[in-house]
Amino acid sequence: MTSRSWLILIAILALIVASFATLDLQWSAFGEPDALARMLEFTSAFFPPESSPQFLSRLAIAAGETLAMSTLGTLIAMVLSLLLALPASAPPSRVRMRLLRDATRLCLNALRSIPELVWAALWVIAAGLGPFAGTLALAAHTVGVLGRLFADTLENLPPAPSRALRDNGASPAAVFLYATLPQVLAQLMSYSLYRWENNIRAAAILGVVGAGGLGQMLYYHLSLFQMQESASVVLAMLAIVAAVDALSNLSRRKLTS
Amino acid sequence: MLLNGARTQAGLRDPAWRTRLTLSLLGLALLWPMLVASEFRPWVLLDAQSVSASLRFLASFMPPELGAEFLLLVAQAAWTTVAIATAGLTLGWLVAVPLTLLGTERLSQSAIGRPMRRLPAFGRQLVRWLLIFLRSVPELVWALLFVRVVGLGPTAGVLAIALTYCGMLGKVYSEVLESVDPTPSQAMLRNGASRTGAFLYGSLPQAAPELVSYTIFRWECAVRSSVIMGFVGGGGLGQQMDMSMKMLAGGEVATMLIVFMLLVALADRASRMLRGMLA
Repeated sequence: MTSRSWLILIAILALIVASFATLDLQWSAFGEPDALARMLEFTSAFFPPESSPQFLSRLAIAAGETLAMSTLGTLIAMVLSLLLALPASAPPSRVRMRLLRDATRLCLNALRSIPELVWAALWVIAAGLGPFAGTLALAAHTVGVLGRLFADTLENLPPAPSRALRDNGASPAAVFLYATLPQVLAQLMSYSLYRWENNIRAAAILGVVGAGGLGQMLYYHLSLFQMQESASVVLAMLAIVAAVDALSNLSRRKLTS
Repeated sequence: MLLNGARTQAGLRDPAWRTRLTLSLLGLALLWPMLVASEFRPWVLLDAQSVSASLRFLASFMPPELGAEFLLLVAQAAWTTVAIATAGLTLGWLVAVPLTLLGTERLSQSAIGRPMRRLPAFGRQLVRWLLIFLRSVPELVWALLFVRVVGLGPTAGVLAIALTYCGMLGKVYSEVLESVDPTPSQAMLRNGASRTGAFLYGSLPQAAPELVSYTIFRWECAVRSSVIMGFVGGGGLGQQMDMSMKMLAGGEVATMLIVFMLLVALADRASRMLRGMLA
């Protein structure tokens, strides 16, 4: 190892030691003689998961809310991203264009760097408790991600087809619809599907700040210490995530083979 | 010329319009229940009362709160966030490494030259299921649960990150180890080397750069999740932000959002730099 890698290693170790040293971690709760018994008691309170028909129907509604939130959030984000990707992929040849482009990219960066959950906490203030706030939160974060990806895709496009149309006098709208869009559509769709997958996972937990879906239900039941109900909600989350994973694996295998 | 134009006009009719129309209608029909389920009512945003409340909150973002005392508090919270991520990832790593060694089929002595015996195969499957379970439960849910066990504060955040990231690291580590060229470690195992020896001298040298780079990347993700976990009481920047939002103290929220973005950008920069140096 070179001296530089030693330095890096020492820096990382120092960071780890400093982290453990400054955090006020309460391990004592795990060291007490009855800790194991209490952990077991806590865990066993989750079993058996609640499965009465009324509860299951409420669970299904919450799961539907989660799916709807993620789908709508992704759709809204797709439309807005496409609109924002146009200025963000403008050729930076002229000063005004470059300003527009940089401003849009800055906006997209800001949207993206705030996580969905923080967006949800903010939207709950504006739109009230419920899945609508969650939808807007997912849309806001996803616009940041997709806008950037769409802009990069548009930018890396081979310019010949659109130039051919433009040189022959086609209007900008026609150039976009008949030269640009057909070339990038598959890529944009695959990015969107990937984000949708992410958003379903995110939508399941967004509710803990009050933005609807399974998360809100989990937070509610955990607050009331209704552990069996909470266990069912967690199982529902796991089922949704597993289903999405299986579907995306399947579709990916279909697309690649 | 004119005739030619007329012909193209007729030819312009979309040959696939029937399918397109059907698909669009079907899409709308599917969209409708979703709009209902998500209580999609954009006009509540325009409701006079909500608009004035939101505007007041937004207006209070400016100017960001920059008092020395508050900045010190935020700096402390930001450090706590980084420390939670680092400590959690370290604990997760400490558990993930032995689990990876147990779960990686390539390094099995019981599989040399014959199909694996039933018991070790079962044990390996158990380890894999454990890892899948650990990473499938979202970290926020782990945090919610641990807040119930150990109370509000960084302990819950550290444990939540440790469990989730243990699952993720374990999975990716064993994928990386399975994808390296098996000849060296197999040769060593067949010649009587211990599993640890085969791992250290056969597989690790090939896989090391990828393992290190993935771990650093995960640290960057852990910083982000540790902020989020603050919202359910896991300590650090998220918890402060949650409190300020509940008090509608816009200036404080603005400062913390800025600090948060800087923190994420910094973690991103640091991780990219480290990975670049090690690659």
